[in-house]
Amino acid sequence: MMSAAQTQSVRTGHVTRMFIYLFLLLSALFYLLPFFIMLTNSVKPLGEITGGNMMSLPEVFTLEPWKAAWSSAQVGVEPTGLRPYFWNSIRMVVPAVFISTILGALNGYVLTKWRFRFDTILFGLMLFSCFIPFQIVLIPMARILGILGLAGSTYGLILVHVVYGIGFSTLYFRNYYAAFPTELVRAAQIDGARFFQIFRRIMLPSSGPIIVVCVIWQFTNIWNDFLFGASFASGSGAPMTVALNNLVQSSTGVKEYNVHFAGAILAALPTLLVYIVAGRYFVRGLMAGSVKG
Amino acid sequence: MGFLDIRNVTKSYGRVEVLHRVDISVEEGEFLVLVGPSGCGKSTLLNMIAGLEDISSGDIAINGRVVNGVHPSNRNIAMVFQSYALYPNMTVGQNITFGLEMHGVPRPEREKAMKEVAELLQIGQLLDRKPGQLSGGQRQRVAMGRALVRNPDVFLFDEPLSNLDAKLRVNMRTEIKKLHEKLKTTIVYVTHDQIEAMTLSTRIAVMYQGHVQQLGAPKEIYDTPANLFVATFMGSPAMNIIPAQVVMQDDRPHARVTTRDGSHAMLPFSQANLAAWDGRDILLGIRPEAITDPDGADRKSDNIVALGNHIGLTEPAGSDTFVTMTLGGRDTIARMRADVSVSPGDRFEFAVNMDKAIAFDPGTEDRIGP
Ligand SMILES: Nc1ncnc2c1ncn2[C@@H]1O[C@H](COP(=O)(O)OP(=O)(O)O)[C@@H](O)[C@H]1O
Ligand SMILES: [Mg+2]
Repeated sequence: MMSAAQTQSVRTGHVTRMFIYLFLLLSALFYLLPFFIMLTNSVKPLGEITGGNMMSLPEVFTLEPWKAAWSSAQVGVEPTGLRPYFWNSIRMVVPAVFISTILGALNGYVLTKWRFRFDTILFGLMLFSCFIPFQIVLIPMARILGILGLAGSTYGLILVHVVYGIGFSTLYFRNYYAAFPTELVRAAQIDGARFFQIFRRIMLPSSGPIIVVCVIWQFTNIWNDFLFGASFASGSGAPMTVALNNLVQSSTGVKEYNVHFAGAILAALPTLLVYIVAGRYFVRGLMAGSVKG
Repeated sequence: MGFLDIRNVTKSYGRVEVLHRVDISVEEGEFLVLVGPSGCGKSTLLNMIAGLEDISSGDIAINGRVVNGVHPSNRNIAMVFQSYALYPNMTVGQNITFGLEMHGVPRPEREKAMKEVAELLQIGQLLDRKPGQLSGGQRQRVAMGRALVRNPDVFLFDEPLSNLDAKLRVNMRTEIKKLHEKLKTTIVYVTHDQIEAMTLSTRIAVMYQGHVQQLGAPKEIYDTPANLFVATFMGSPAMNIIPAQVVMQDDRPHARVTTRDGSHAMLPFSQANLAAWDGRDILLGIRPEAITDPDGADRKSDNIVALGNHIGLTEPAGSDTFVTMTLGGRDTIARMRADVSVSPGDRFEFAVNMDKAIAFDPGTEDRIGP
């Protein structure tokens, strides 16, 4: 694949290439600059920010803002820091991602390998769910959560995110499994494997790339969600994003910008981490359908 | 009642009937080949035997038991697919024993069965590899190993050789035949390749447009095809089909055909019953190998007829030379010895073995009996 890419790309002269690199470098800097400012300011004492230059490097290096953001800053009315909300988010994201991915995989499996009436219509409806704006479901969802007794809890949020995630995860897995040879399923049937055995022993082990794609997609979406979090889980059950907002809003008197910066980075850290760890597989997984291995 | 009975089986997808009343009875140990052009319903029929497709009407019985509605794994069949369908995430060994594992066979027995099969197919050194690391021929062997290990009543093959290159295909064909002679298991084998059908089978079912056109031994199919489709589908180059008229001469039915210069030639039939067709148009069927040079003619035949005609093209093919001429307005191919001396445009005395000639009703396209 490497060589094919090289032979296909247009040959460029040295000067042109210099400009290209310069442009890329500037673009990278442009995107990195806000992060850089957040990072430098999160390790400054507050005085350096309010009294001086946001752009300058810290004169005194301190991790106090990070400690405060994590464990002692005022979030809402409680001086708890972001820590409990971080764990709220984890408790919400992990099951929601897991369940929606598994259900998406099952849906994709059923939709591509088992023929039944109205399967295309069903898939169409699921696809449709990807395009429904969040705002539209807020009120019906609140009602349902109320009926189920899940309002304001992490379980309620898990349910919301699973329901919302299934459309996308089904789409991913359906398209991936559509290219998966049906003869393998038939061979497994003849070998005596039943519905779930085929899924677990034949389909899932070959689904690595698409699982990564799905997990990254769901993880970032669910972790970064603010609307559902704010609507269905305020107070001590709130997820990280909502807590960050509360942290920034609630500081009475002085605005502790350094603590806010540290908190914002903390809130972004898990998604960053997921991209760094699994990003390569993400690109590979997205390409998996188009390039024959 | 046979070992594998297909009784009046039809298959419909929605309103479209793709298989019409198929009736085939296979004896134990037979090698039945389903042959026909793409889309004629071979795979559909095979999948119904396997239980991978529902039967719309009719019955399929294996070893005396009607298996309609029985799960594929409980029919005691094994199948080899065109794409081999090896599980990519499992090693060769796991691929072979997966079926046994699913049937709850204990590990020591599975290992033993796997060793035997690996020995039989000479794939012992591959057992720890993944299918992705195998060549096409090796994958083919593993796929057969997976089928063999279950010791099934019936083997089903769906175009197992069509993904192999020409040379390997011939080798594997021989191996499958040897395997059948050794194991004597009943086999149903699907292919679109008429040579595979002829070489492998004990019986052939020629299929076209969802109908079984003819069911019979290879020689029967080849020598007395039931209709024009079977006649032209089986054999390469295809049987020559020449418009002709039946004319009685010396109390014997003859085929009157037109040569290239517009004159008529009279070819006496060996079949007396064609007298009933006196004066009517027929289609004369002669295989290329029944038209030769006089020296190359079949000495056992007592009905070799000389036919003078102009030579069209000559195509030396190594072992044979194919010579074309125009007969009844159609290009007609003769198969001659490689060293025959012929040149295009010359007039030549062809020797036609009329013992092998058959006639078709141009209306129904069926062969005119007996
Ligand atoms: N799932 C299906 N739905 C509708 N028609 C089908 C389906 N599967 C096969 N067919 C039709 O049935 C006919 C026979 O198909 P098949 O058995 O695969 O042919 P072959 O194996 O002889 O090439 C074809 O005309 C095909 O279009
Ligand atoms: Mg087929």
